[in-house]
Amino acid sequence: MQPVLSSKAAAPTERGALTEPAPVRWALIGVALGFLSLFLLVPLAAVFTQAFEKGVSAYLSAVREPDAWSAIRLTLLTAGIAVPLNLFFGVAASWCIAKFEFPGKNALLSLIDLPFAISPVISGVIFVLLFGRTGLLGPWLAGHGVKIVFAVPGVVLATIFVTFPFVARELIPLMQAAGSEEEEAARVLGAGGWRIFWKVTLPNIKWALLYGVILCNARAMGEFGAVSVVSGHVRGLTNTLPLHVEILYNEYNFQAAFAVASLLTLLALVTLVAKSLVEWRGARQLAAGEAVLQGGDAR
Amino acid sequence: MSIEVRNITKSFGSFTALKDVSLRVPSGELVALLGPSGSGKTSLLRIIAGLDRPDAGSVLFEGEDTTRRDVRQRRVGFVFQHYALFRQMSVFENVAFGLRVRPRRQRPAETEIRSRVGRLLQLVQLDWLGDRLPSQLSGGQRQRVALARALAVEPKVLLLDEPFGSLDAKVRQELRRWLRRLHDEIHVTSVFVTHDQEEALEVADRVVVMNQGRVEQVGSPQEVFDRPATPFVMSFLGTVNMFKGRVESGKALLGSLTFDYPEHPQAEAREAAGYARPHEIEVGRDDADNGGLWATLQGVNAAGSLVKLELRTGDGPIQVHLPRDRYEALAPRIGEPLYVRPTRVRVFMEGEPEAAVSPAAVAPPALGGDPLSAFPVSRVPVSAERSA
Amino acid sequence: MARRHNVLPGLSMTLGFSVLYMSLIVLIPLAALVLKATSLTWAQFFKVVTDPRVVASYRLTFGAAFLGALLNGAFGLIVAWVLVRYQFAGKRVVDALVDLPFALPTAVAGIALTAVYAPNGWLGAPLQAAGIKVAFAPLGVVVALTFIGIPFVVRTLQPVLEDLDREVEEAAVSLGATRWQTFARVILPALAPAWLTGVALAFARAIGEYGSVVFISGNMPMKTEITPLLIMAKLENYDYAGAAAIAVVMLGASFLLLWGINLLQWWGRRYSTAH
Repeated sequence: MQPVLSSKAAAPTERGALTEPAPVRWALIGVALGFLSLFLLVPLAAVFTQAFEKGVSAYLSAVREPDAWSAIRLTLLTAGIAVPLNLFFGVAASWCIAKFEFPGKNALLSLIDLPFAISPVISGVIFVLLFGRTGLLGPWLAGHGVKIVFAVPGVVLATIFVTFPFVARELIPLMQAAGSEEEEAARVLGAGGWRIFWKVTLPNIKWALLYGVILCNARAMGEFGAVSVVSGHVRGLTNTLPLHVEILYNEYNFQAAFAVASLLTLLALVTLVAKSLVEWRGARQLAAGEAVLQGGDAR
Repeated sequence: MSIEVRNITKSFGSFTALKDVSLRVPSGELVALLGPSGSGKTSLLRIIAGLDRPDAGSVLFEGEDTTRRDVRQRRVGFVFQHYALFRQMSVFENVAFGLRVRPRRQRPAETEIRSRVGRLLQLVQLDWLGDRLPSQLSGGQRQRVALARALAVEPKVLLLDEPFGSLDAKVRQELRRWLRRLHDEIHVTSVFVTHDQEEALEVADRVVVMNQGRVEQVGSPQEVFDRPATPFVMSFLGTVNMFKGRVESGKALLGSLTFDYPEHPQAEAREAAGYARPHEIEVGRDDADNGGLWATLQGVNAAGSLVKLELRTGDGPIQVHLPRDRYEALAPRIGEPLYVRPTRVRVFMEGEPEAAVSPAAVAPPALGGDPLSAFPVSRVPVSAERSA
Repeated sequence: MARRHNVLPGLSMTLGFSVLYMSLIVLIPLAALVLKATSLTWAQFFKVVTDPRVVASYRLTFGAAFLGALLNGAFGLIVAWVLVRYQFAGKRVVDALVDLPFALPTAVAGIALTAVYAPNGWLGAPLQAAGIKVAFAPLGVVVALTFIGIPFVVRTLQPVLEDLDREVEEAAVSLGATRWQTFARVILPALAPAWLTGVALAFARAIGEYGSVVFISGNMPMKTEITPLLIMAKLENYDYAGAAAIAVVMLGASFLLLWGINLLQWWGRRYSTAH
């Protein structure tokens, strides 16, 4: 094997017709950065500028307002339920899909990708059609005094729906690529199911798991369309943070809207940082799963 | 077109790939750059092609300095180890590529392109595969397409980077012979890189043995095999048995081996090592006290044209290859002590890369087997063509 | 196929849980949707989904999504190329930032874009002076849908670009191709399947997008209403059947797209050779 260094280590200037001339390179970099700044940085800047337009104290009071607090609480509650549940599901689904053969496996796989394919509004609509007043189960629920739609349970359900693929999608290709040999070896040595999972499977998937959880959480806290449909927009009760932003904005209370929005933006930036860290630390693990996704053969 | 490289040095970061390498390839020759990984052979090939620039030194085509010239203008054909075929294009389009990208004025007409590509595909015996995609071809077929593609632009120089490295052994052998015949037909100056010494010796007009960024020896296959200039060349080009010891007062004393060594008449002892090829060693039962040594037979491998014996002395193992009839005449048993005497030993003194070939005293001619071993033994130190 | 003997434990438990979960969360609600839509006769269904206001929303939703996807196709290619092939200060940060549309809640994106492009906004004001209306006009929808699709093209292209065999470019140059010829004849065709996939993914995401668009669009009937908004509107008027009908149309479009994307990925794999 020749040293891998050969052509890749050479500086661009050395490579003659093997790379673009310098002016072209700089122009392309300029265009790329310009495009990203226009679409990404400018709106980001706008959030914070508008949030602090009336000064720091106005910002703080907007954030500390009781309705804002209940919105924060509801958002945290929703994510606190949706993320662990979806984590559980993701692990269970990828375990049975990656380690076993059974009829309907492909159907299960396609269904898992479903929320990514449909509009968030539709994701909310289906719950209204099921649990709403004139929905399938509506009369039965009304009869028992149970309120799902236009109440907190509906919000949680809709959030679970839109975020359930995240963990599964990260784990399935990875576990498929990893194969079952290690687990089978543990079985031969006499380990029981739980032990196999904790000691053998989990360490191999922990970075992908973390990655999926981070994405799942970001979406769970930030979901707007689906939650907007099922929530009923009752201030202080069924509003998550994004919905609260909408309410403030529609009341022309821009500064407060952006103040609350800035919290969500900070969450987004933290998500990006966490994502980068996990990608850096778990690079090999994530790449193994990514390879299966690109090649698609294991499906 | 002849190729010359002068004083080429190339480093990648802290790793020096080529150290002051100079070489001449006469027009029309088929030359092999042979060496282990890290020897710099691929780096040298890429510098000749213009895919990399040297840190120092120059490259000349037919006497003209092309060091600064872009690869596009060098008119070289390059065949990559992993073929580098254009996956989205058919075989035909791959081969036609070089003709299609020519500037309008130099581009041949479509009919001309078609006939040229057709002829080339016939030459490499793939004319029936013109419409296929590279993914539908076998490794050997892909390599031939890569070759046809490189030849389509009528290059003055053909450069091949481990062209058969990724192929099965059988395919490799067929393509090897096929490449030789092709070269005999078209006579383009060709340089190919390989780490397989059998390939280099079988195919090339001349072999350049490289190691750690330097040229160790340049010569015909017979020369480098039979008259290696350095211990590295000798051991790289085939199995060797090494005997360590010293030379003094006109004698070589290597372990239990002793023989006359007039090249070093001084009384002052010098460390030296002797190298003998397995097929240049005699095995018998009587010790005629002529400088050989006793060894115990440990194993025999009789599968093959030569019978391979594994013997062991106090100093280490010895490998001997005997022709079949000789082995059957001897009929040795495992564990039996046998008398071992090398008929040709190349002695390299410590600190000197030059080899002196010395006969063992009273050497009976080796029987059958390897034609090279019948070459007359010389007592003159061989000087190798080394880098300037 | 012979029944495979499963050595590892947990199949029935995990499979059972997964199926239960999927049924509760996905299948049953979806069934409710389809059921509701079938409560309409064909004639009624047709009337709802071809209503002029709804058709206008189709035009805007699909048209703006298409434009946004194309924009992303063009600029996303440049961004991916620059991130993979060049070195410059802050590249890592830029790379991480590409995922912002994924991480940022759509409502926040919506109000931020509106603030920027409104007639009194940083960019909206000068554009307004030049006679270009962005916020509360179809152009604003295009801007929002471009924002939402940025990661799709870039992230689909990046791994393919990274895996591109440099030797193929060297081969092209050794055969006499200029850099542009190498790019156009060798590199671009190799990128085509992934590029199309990325554009299709951006398009698929954009047609369903709600939060980033409803603020900047202004929601004027027949002019700047997107289809998801109409579904919402029908729900608020308790016209559940109507909402279900339009939702079914959108679902159909989504599934069609998904199928097309799968085809694209299959096509892309056709050219790969096993080393």
